Order: sequence, then structure tokens, then C-alpha cells
Amino acid sequence: MPADILNRVFSALADPTRRDIVARLAEGDATVNELAQPYRMSLQAVYKHLRVLEEADLVSRPKGRQPRPVRLETEVFDQMEAWIERYRLRAELRYRRLDAVLAAMGTADHKEGDGHVHDRGDEHRG
Amino acid sequence: MSTTVATSIEADPTLPIIRITREFAATPEQLFRAHTDPALYAQWVGPNGSDTRVDYWDARTGGSWRFVSTLGGVGYAFRGCFHEVRPDRIVQTFTYEGEPDGVALETLWFDDLGDGRTRLRVQSLVDSIEGRDAWLASGMDTGVNEGYAKLEAMISNGPA
Repeated sequence: MPADILNRVFSALADPTRRDIVARLAEGDATVNELAQPYRMSLQAVYKHLRVLEEADLVSRPKGRQPRPVRLETEVFDQMEAWIERYRLRAELRYRRLDAVLAAMGTADHKEGDGHVHDRGDEHRG
Repeated sequence: MSTTVATSIEADPTLPIIRITREFAATPEQLFRAHTDPALYAQWVGPNGSDTRVDYWDARTGGSWRFVSTLGGVGYAFRGCFHEVRPDRIVQTFTYEGEPDGVALETLWFDDLGDGRTRLRVQSLVDSIEGRDAWLASGMDTGVNEGYAKLEAMISNGPA
């Protein structure tokens, strides 16, 4: 489930125009006309991009007789950040273990002076 | 170790790539050795509390490797090939045997920063953005991350 959302979000953001629209909306809500202005493309094309962003829950476009401005939905960004942060933390944990191994290697190098590394991993292996 | 710089990670929005960067208080030679000596590698690769057994390991250009990490009684096997091994760079493939069709092409660089410090850069390239994202999200709702909150707290509270 999380991977599905992540997929949709990343595919939606794979397009430079859509990333641009997201960046623009990060500064504030905007109407579709305002969003279309900087681009040489039809309103139709802008609507198409917005639909992709909407399907990824990145933006919302409240419907009504008077169309309201497009708004950036930050929740999914927070979610995405959380996944990436967890992945980062797992890497960080791995590298803290590596820090310890490197520190032990340094000590062994000093003691031996011949570059031989003591195998200090017995307690970690079966 | 107060001199280490925390891991940074970047998921490219347009390419199926994950990039990881981390600095170490060690020389490039030491970092290289920790990545190529199987006894050393097995000490740090697995998640905390896991037990890693190297099945085969030939850290030479054209060699191959396989290891099994056991966590909570479940074995997770990984294998790949050393495409190129040289002191400043390792290029290798990486496959989790639970998903044998998936393969990442990993490039590791050991940048000498002088004064016994080295920056490790790891780039993982997979075959699609979807595959990359599944990779990023993997392990999020499995036993692999049991006790994760505890580890998270440990990290935010300072060095382990």
C-alpha cells in the first residue's frame, strides 16, 4: 500500500512541468489560469497535469460553481519524507556499525603495525 | 564518534536512483577493506540484532558474493557480482533473493578528504522508478523493522 502511493507520487513528480506546478503552488494557491500563464500550453494540457497531481493526492481542486484555486496537499509530502527518512535512518544505523568496525580496525592497525586486522566479529556470527 | 557526518539520502525524481552520502573517520583504504573483507563486512551490514553469514565472497573484478542475514529466526539472502573492484571505487550488483527479478547496480566511491577522513558515496540504480520506490518503502511493514521506534529514539538521542 505505501509503495503504491509512493509510486504514484514519484511518477507524478517525474515530469518537469508538474514539478514546476508543485513549486508554484508551494508559494500559495493559484487558479488554473494563473498556473497556465508561464507555459506555452493549452488550458487543456494544464488540466491534464493537474489531474495526474490530483490522483497522487499532491494537489486538490475544490469543485463548485465558482472554481476555487488549486491547492497543494502537504500530507503526502510529509508521508513521502517519512519513508525516505526511515530509509535514511536504516542506512545511518548500518554506517554506525561500520564506524565501530573502522574504529576497531584502527586500533588493530596501531597495535600490529603490519596492517593485519584482528577478527573481532566472532560474537556476531554463527 | 562525534566527528562523523550523518547519512544523507537523495531519491532522484526523474531517474530510478537512490544516492547515499556519509563521511567516516577512516582512511579510504580502511573503508575499502571494510567493504571487501567478508569477515569485516559481515560485522556491520545486517540490521541490528541480525546475524550475517557469508556464503561465498570473491571481492575481485568479475567475482561474486552471497550472504544470508538471519533476524528473528528468518533468513534473508542477498547476492550479486563484483563488476569492478579498485581502491577508490567498487561497482557491484545487488539482488535480494526474495525478489530475484530485481537487481540494483551499485557504485561506491571512497573520496579521500585527507586527515584520515573519507566520504562514502553510494549510488543505487534500479530498472524503474516504481522499483526504486518499492525499494524505498520496503521493510516498512515487515518484521525487519520491529523495534524500529526504539532505534529511531536511539539515533535522535545521540550516538549508539
